[in-house]
Amino acid sequence: MTGEAIAVRLPRADIEAELAAARRPFFKALGTWVRNQPLGTVSLLGIIFLIFMAIFAPQLSPFDPVVPHYDEMLAAPNAEYWLGTDQYGRDILSRIIWGARTALYIGFTCAILGSTLGLVLGVASAYIGGWFDLVIQRMIDVFLAFPLIILALVAVAVFGTGTDKVIIAIALPFVPECARVVRAGALALRELPYVDAARALGFSNLRIILRHIVPNCMATYLIMLTSFLGQAILTEASLSYLGLGVQEPNAAWGLMLQGGAEEYAESAMWIAVFPGLAITLAVFAFNLFGDALRDTLDPKLRAR
Amino acid sequence: MRKYIFKRLLLVIPTLFGAAALVFIMLRLIPGDICEIRMAGDGGYFDKAAVDTCRGEMGTNKPMLTQFVSFVWGLMRFDFGTSMWTGQPVLTEVALRFELSLQVAIMSTIIGVIIAIPLGIISAVRQNTWLDYMVRGFSIAGIATPAFWLGLMIIIGLLVSTQHFLGTPWMPPITYIPIWEDPVYNLSMLIWPTVATGYRYSAVVTRMTRSALLEVLREDYVRTARAKGLWEKVIIRKHALKNAMLPVVTIIGLEFAFLMGGLVVTEQVFNLNGIGKLFIESVLNNDYTMTQSLVMLVVMIFVMVNFAVDIGYAWLDPRIRYN
Repeated sequence: MTGEAIAVRLPRADIEAELAAARRPFFKALGTWVRNQPLGTVSLLGIIFLIFMAIFAPQLSPFDPVVPHYDEMLAAPNAEYWLGTDQYGRDILSRIIWGARTALYIGFTCAILGSTLGLVLGVASAYIGGWFDLVIQRMIDVFLAFPLIILALVAVAVFGTGTDKVIIAIALPFVPECARVVRAGALALRELPYVDAARALGFSNLRIILRHIVPNCMATYLIMLTSFLGQAILTEASLSYLGLGVQEPNAAWGLMLQGGAEEYAESAMWIAVFPGLAITLAVFAFNLFGDALRDTLDPKLRAR
Repeated sequence: MRKYIFKRLLLVIPTLFGAAALVFIMLRLIPGDICEIRMAGDGGYFDKAAVDTCRGEMGTNKPMLTQFVSFVWGLMRFDFGTSMWTGQPVLTEVALRFELSLQVAIMSTIIGVIIAIPLGIISAVRQNTWLDYMVRGFSIAGIATPAFWLGLMIIIGLLVSTQHFLGTPWMPPITYIPIWEDPVYNLSMLIWPTVATGYRYSAVVTRMTRSALLEVLREDYVRTARAKGLWEKVIIRKHALKNAMLPVVTIIGLEFAFLMGGLVVTEQVFNLNGIGKLFIESVLNNDYTMTQSLVMLVVMIFVMVNFAVDIGYAWLDPRIRYN
């Protein structure tokens, strides 16, 4: 019905203009986005900078992040150690640069893992329906009764500490959260006429899911993924700070705030200030980017 | 309304039961025998007799189903068993620390909401002015700042400023005294963790209030109210605010989960002997009975808070009651 209405209203030239707009080159689209989302652009630049830092950590960091310099312990920021050194004489700037690698590695892995498994579960739950949907939904209810960090802590109690186990611990709570949101969207999609049409044409269930349902869940998927990025980095920092995440001597921002940061809070406050600033700015950038992406992809979701 | 409360209460039971099952299963997923892990000394040596006693106490030598039934039966009677670390009943350990955590949680919620709602209203009413930008900056920063780092910064700020102005560095006290015994002492100790955990709370609620109010202010009935010349203050207070409060109430409930998470970390920063610290210690010490009891306690509180929020929601919005 709506298709007809549009076809009647739009003259041929307009349709062609729309088609041209849909085909316009990537950089032009990017330009429009930059103009509409100045904050999103700034945060995107920040994220690119972070990724750059993470990839080129060995080249960028002036010192080895792990090797202690016992003659340079607790040095204040100076020309050699720009952000000072910690209680073992390790360069804080280098540890922050290597910490970006840890944070982004864990952040991206958790977010992609959590939202992808959530997408699969959500679409399957909506499409299969019936008792399968019912069982999955009640299980999701149970998982959502756990606050994120509490569930992550239980997972740490079960699997233990260390980078790989922390990834499981953080990704686990994301799966039901994403599945719930994806399912809601997929349920509505399932009822749309073009899905009926595809079924009437005799397409297999797998093809309908992959070609017609999943592509339309992509906006939700990307929104969830970006919102998980900031959360994952924050949760990893919290777990590492508690001594239950990434372990010494690896460089991780949360871990840098543990121990020396508190002990020397007054005499060497640079130990506590800079890694926390790194966490805050990184999460800030991912959150702002997530908001901008959400506004672009789905204005209806803006309220949340 | 009474029927709605009853129906909603019935939904709580399977969720709690499922949570108990999840915790039970997860802690049995730990590779190996929890008694052996717990009792293992240096070099993996452990006392056979001690492990056997432990198994007897934990009931791990009984069939899985029997264990689960006794676990759930214990939860229903608030009998959480004894801590594997201290040997004290879990409930005794919790009772010692509950008051402190509860006080910080309540103060953070109250302070967070009291700051957030007026800020959100101002920000929405004065949309796109410098006031709005300031409030938005405050709230975006609040969502990104980790509670434990804010706590550390508060400690450093206190140390440096007291050193500068009083001559001697001052740290908040760490021994808990109830607020009705010595309010000044109590507040001088707990106001700082409250700020550290409450900041995120108020940031999230501010954002929600702002966006909800902006949406409501675009509704037709608000335009009608303006057209008939109603005073702007009355429009906001009487017409817009109550409707805008619906999503805000939801987010207050949801954020309570984050608050409890934030509390776990913040207690560590301020060295407060609360539930959060007990939780971290239980995980670090492989005190599985304590971990599973505390998780269930947190889940119970969270589920009950969400139950209360849903009731509040139904009270604000009659449509929910009748569906």
